[in-house]
Amino acid sequence: MTLAIEVSGLQKSFGEVQALRGIDFTVEQGTVVGLLGPNGSGKTTTVRILATLLKADSGIAKVSGIDVNSSPDQVRTMIGLTGQYAAVDEYLTGRENLQLFGQLFHLSKKQSAQRADELLTRFDLADAADRGIKGYSGGMRRRLDLAASLIGRPSVLFLDEPTTGLDPRSRLGMWEVIESLVAQGTTVLLTTQYLEEADQLASRSVVLDHGSVIAQGTSDELKSQVGGDRVEVVVEVPSQLSQAKDALVSIASGEINTNDAEHKVIVPTSGGSRSVVEAVRLLDEAKISIADIALRRPTLDDVFLSLTGRSAEEEKPEVKAKQRSRRGARA
Amino acid sequence: MTTSETATKYRPTLGWLINDTIAVAKRHILKITRVPESLFFALIQPVMFVLLFAFVFGGAITLNGNGASAAADYREYLIPGIFAQTVMFAVASITVGITEDANRGIMDRFRSLPMRPGAVLGGHTLASLFQNILVLIILSITGLLVGWRIRSSVADALLGYLLLATFAYAMTWIGAWIGLHMPSPEVAGTAGLAWIFPLTFASNVFTPIATMPSWLQPIALWNPVSCLALACRKLFGNPIPVFENSGHSFPEVHAVQMAFAYALIFLAIFAPLAVRAFKTRNVGGLKA
Ligand SMILES: Nc1ncnc2c1ncn2[C@@H]1O[C@H](COP(=O)(O)OP(=O)(O)OP(=O)(O)O)[C@@H](O)[C@H]1O
Ligand SMILES: [Mg+2]
Repeated sequence: MTLAIEVSGLQKSFGEVQALRGIDFTVEQGTVVGLLGPNGSGKTTTVRILATLLKADSGIAKVSGIDVNSSPDQVRTMIGLTGQYAAVDEYLTGRENLQLFGQLFHLSKKQSAQRADELLTRFDLADAADRGIKGYSGGMRRRLDLAASLIGRPSVLFLDEPTTGLDPRSRLGMWEVIESLVAQGTTVLLTTQYLEEADQLASRSVVLDHGSVIAQGTSDELKSQVGGDRVEVVVEVPSQLSQAKDALVSIASGEINTNDAEHKVIVPTSGGSRSVVEAVRLLDEAKISIADIALRRPTLDDVFLSLTGRSAEEEKPEVKAKQRSRRGARA
Repeated sequence: MTTSETATKYRPTLGWLINDTIAVAKRHILKITRVPESLFFALIQPVMFVLLFAFVFGGAITLNGNGASAAADYREYLIPGIFAQTVMFAVASITVGITEDANRGIMDRFRSLPMRPGAVLGGHTLASLFQNILVLIILSITGLLVGWRIRSSVADALLGYLLLATFAYAMTWIGAWIGLHMPSPEVAGTAGLAWIFPLTFASNVFTPIATMPSWLQPIALWNPVSCLALACRKLFGNPIPVFENSGHSFPEVHAVQMAFAYALIFLAIFAPLAVRAFKTRNVGGLKA
């Protein structure tokens, strides 16, 4: 397989701040890779370098084998970018926006009109096509923004937090669109803070923290780093907790933990959903009544927690304040 | 739909530069029609200046004589000055828009497209020039209504308008360059204007240089705004006060050439600077 994106030893500092401390990863053609990390970990910086908007201090970044530093113009013909902020003209209509970008992609007038129509229909914006963007909802703007980045039929697409600020339904809609793009062979590099998003869309993930890659692999590989599935049982009678623990030894693949406050037994297992059935049977035999039972698979959240010692959502207060002031300046 | 079919080799041509510039200019002209208020206020400001100075302060400022003919003289003197001032304000017509674009991310979109970097600013400044030409037309009509006349040849008058347009265009590039260095549209609005006011007041726009304190006179004499205003007065055949006429100083004798030279020098300096700033501009005014 050919590589759509190659990044090696990439470094970038902004004055004192070392945004990227030498990162390496690759993305195979036609796949989706998630770039994960908390605020300020360097996701946007990486995307901006790959999208030719920013020059790296050192290291190599290539898109479809072409160096972004030495041939940025060539790279621009192959990429699409949807940034963290909707990059469309407020004062134009949806159609006018798409036609403008079509023309700037050097499609003929007729071609760009056709392409705009096509994209408006596909992104469910046909009804709003001739209305000003000012009246668009957040979800519509995001979709238009994505449509705009597809004008030139890019083979590599960069999506920087494409669903941030969207309601659950719009987010699902966005996921469907991204999935259909991938089905057509587009390579996608997707940054996100929602681990379920990476779980859902990406075949592989690269986890950044403080400008370094701290882990990468498929979701399963990452999850296996924190252990496999576990059966979690909440008992109805708190005093039966230790009894339950003993009853479940035969299905455990590791040490069984209990959570006294939640009356919960956590049993690592390798049997998948069969272990749940087995657990119900064993507990029934031991006459222990179950308040709740579930097979829990580790989420990327668990991965992040175990890799960095903190969850993806939680950030340092100073970083948060800095982010907020930066946002303020952009708004 | 295969994804590689349009992964064309990048072959920039002059045709593309022109195509891109026109496409971007069209965007901004559409925007002017969508927010007519902004054009309205751009038009109203110079008109207000004409009325204010012609009727409110006009009686207090005299050129050579006095009485009714002096007031009429002053209006003829004033209008080319307001032309010059308006052209200076062309800076403000673009600064805010550029900063807005930079902060909203649309500039990133442009920069990630296979287009010439000069085209984005080229288109924006072209649209701004278009707006400024509209303003000059309205201003000329207002001038005619308050008694201003063109008393020179058609060729000279046309040269006068060409000078104003060239100067306005140069100023929009300065405005673009300023806008690219400003963190927010609010700051950009102030930064675009702040330095224009002293520059126009320390010039012959409203009062002859002879009436100014002596330390200010050489500054006012060489001030680009003075050169532009004097050049317009010469080209439109309007009154030129004694000081500017008596001195055979270089800026007075060569006002027209000086004004064109200033405009071209500004263009030559600020167009490349602005394009360079465009290439490295980061969101939120943070330099890369
Ligand atoms: N233009 C800039 N000037 C100065 N510092 C910057 C600039 N851009 C980014 N940084 C800093 O570099 C670091 C990485 O920022 P980056 O935007 O890449 O993070 P991110 O992972 O995208 O974060 P977020 O989740 O908030 O979008 C942060 O500490 C940030 O403050
Ligand atoms: Mg980011």
